[in-house]
Amino acid sequence: MKKQNDVILRIVARIAVVIILTFAINLFISGHHHPGGGFIGGLALACAITLLFLTYDIESVRDNIPFDFKAMAALGVLIAVFTGVGGMLYGRHFLTQAFNYFDLPLFGKTELATAMIFDLGVALAVIGTAMTIIITISEDR
Amino acid sequence: MNNLLILPIIIPLITGMFMVIVRKRIYFQRMLGILAIAGTGAVSAVLISQIKNEGIQVLHIGGWEAPFGVSLAADMFSALLLLTSSIVSLFCLIYAFGSIGKDREMHYFYPLFLFLLTGVNGSFITGDIFNLFVCFEIMLISSYVLISIGGTRIQIRESIKYVLTNLLSSLLFLVAISYLYATMGTLNFAHLSMRVAEAGQDGLLTAISLLFLIVFSLKAGLLLFFWLPGSYSAPPTAIAAIFAALLTKVGIYSIIRLFTLVFYHEPESTHLLIGIMAGLTMVLGAIGAVAYWDVKKILTYNVIVGVGFILAGLASGTTEGMTGAIYYLIHDIIIKALLFLIGGTIIALTSTANLRDFSGLIQTYPFLGWMFFVAALSLSGIPPLSGFIGKVFVTEGTFEAGYYWLGGIGLFTSLMVLYSVMKIFMNGFWGESYLDEENGQKLKKGLLIPIASLTILTVALGLGAEGLHSFASLAVKSLMDPSLYIEAVLGKN
Repeated sequence: MKKQNDVILRIVARIAVVIILTFAINLFISGHHHPGGGFIGGLALACAITLLFLTYDIESVRDNIPFDFKAMAALGVLIAVFTGVGGMLYGRHFLTQAFNYFDLPLFGKTELATAMIFDLGVALAVIGTAMTIIITISEDR
Repeated sequence: MNNLLILPIIIPLITGMFMVIVRKRIYFQRMLGILAIAGTGAVSAVLISQIKNEGIQVLHIGGWEAPFGVSLAADMFSALLLLTSSIVSLFCLIYAFGSIGKDREMHYFYPLFLFLLTGVNGSFITGDIFNLFVCFEIMLISSYVLISIGGTRIQIRESIKYVLTNLLSSLLFLVAISYLYATMGTLNFAHLSMRVAEAGQDGLLTAISLLFLIVFSLKAGLLLFFWLPGSYSAPPTAIAAIFAALLTKVGIYSIIRLFTLVFYHEPESTHLLIGIMAGLTMVLGAIGAVAYWDVKKILTYNVIVGVGFILAGLASGTTEGMTGAIYYLIHDIIIKALLFLIGGTIIALTSTANLRDFSGLIQTYPFLGWMFFVAALSLSGIPPLSGFIGKVFVTEGTFEAGYYWLGGIGLFTSLMVLYSVMKIFMNGFWGESYLDEENGQKLKKGLLIPIASLTILTVALGLGAEGLHSFASLAVKSLMDPSLYIEAVLGKN
């Protein structure tokens, strides 16, 4: 089959992927006070990678994102569970969430909560699962 | 507050997730699996002693008090089931070491086994009906993969049926939960129980309770067991054994929990219906067990008979009946795992499941033969063994409640069960040996150890029934008197 010249798709995808990734991180961070959170943030990030898969071939994307996505999903669940265990270590109930206000250099006074770490776990699990499904059904072996 | 309650859920979960990361190190995974299950068993033993001394243990997750957060509550009934399931799954895991094969081990068998336990333990210990749904899903999704792992033709076919049936029942479960939430406005078991008692269980609530009965009957194989014989004979032995031992029992546990804690006000409609369903289940299961000449089919139909028998104890609604149901539930978890392990071993040795095709196994494998004999007697309830005491109590309970027909069916099906397993023993183990010395395969020690341990356990449970009685009576006490559970979860006000 003659290889098609899809230069427009590639250029648009390069710009779009950056925008989607930014939007995914925004969704992830804003989950505490606005609609969003780990699940949808992770899904949006997986969408960005899927767009890369559609534009380029699987191998070149895998070379540039060399994660084992199954391990990433497992790691996500472990992070989420260990935030609960962290509460236990302080003698509280399992999954007790803590938060505090910090003065960060660039952001000023910021509320940081351990719910964020739980959400990070959820996001990793979602990205790992979605990518595993897509890669598994697209590779025929 | 007692953080021990979360450990039976997160120990297998964390270990399983860690195993996914170290996928290639199979021996490491085996050791981790044993440690995790032994740890869960130890935690449940500690829980049992705590419950015995201090009453029902409760954990409000995240520190949010009872009706607002998710609470976990362990009464003696839950804790006994936790301990039994840990012990039995430990032996099934050890059996899997020697029988499951490298290919399946490489494809996440051990993590999935532990995720299955996560779901089962979570279902036993949760105090919230939506959380029960989530734990059911964890258990079911792991079981979907376990039933199809390896990808043989029969496994794929049966897993499609199994997944479709369970998706339907999960959907119904969700619908039933939404009805319940719409009428009662709460999802916590204790709070639900209180509100149902305040509002009075009218026709609408009884209808919702019957919807739940349909859902859990699909899971437990109570009358709606059409999916069960096929699904349980498809997967490899170790997986089929853990399915037979645990999966239906979680459905039974949910029925017992729901109809003793929440919907106990109209026993003349709900409990009678459970009784009729249990009677039909026993009869149909026993007919299936007697009819087949296939080892796996006979054993799977015996699972169905056991389900009917346990719920006959619940249907009676008496203290004796409930005691019997608890004894028989514990016995049934052990004996079904044992019978499936032996049955699978026989099929692996003879490479056929048809009873007409082999005979005289006892000359080559005397230990296996006599252990099967003990298991068969224990299954049908011969006095010194563990099936006896449960059968006595359940029969006594049904007679006391006036359900003579139900007790009668129970006794009669016991005969049929004895006939069905003796058919395996007499046709398969007695007679002319069809194997000669060099033709027979050697039975691996690794397979014999879990079988022997479970056999010892069923004998010990029969002989030590008296020692178990104080625990069982505590369990019955909290089941018969919902106020104990409510007070523990919601506090005394």
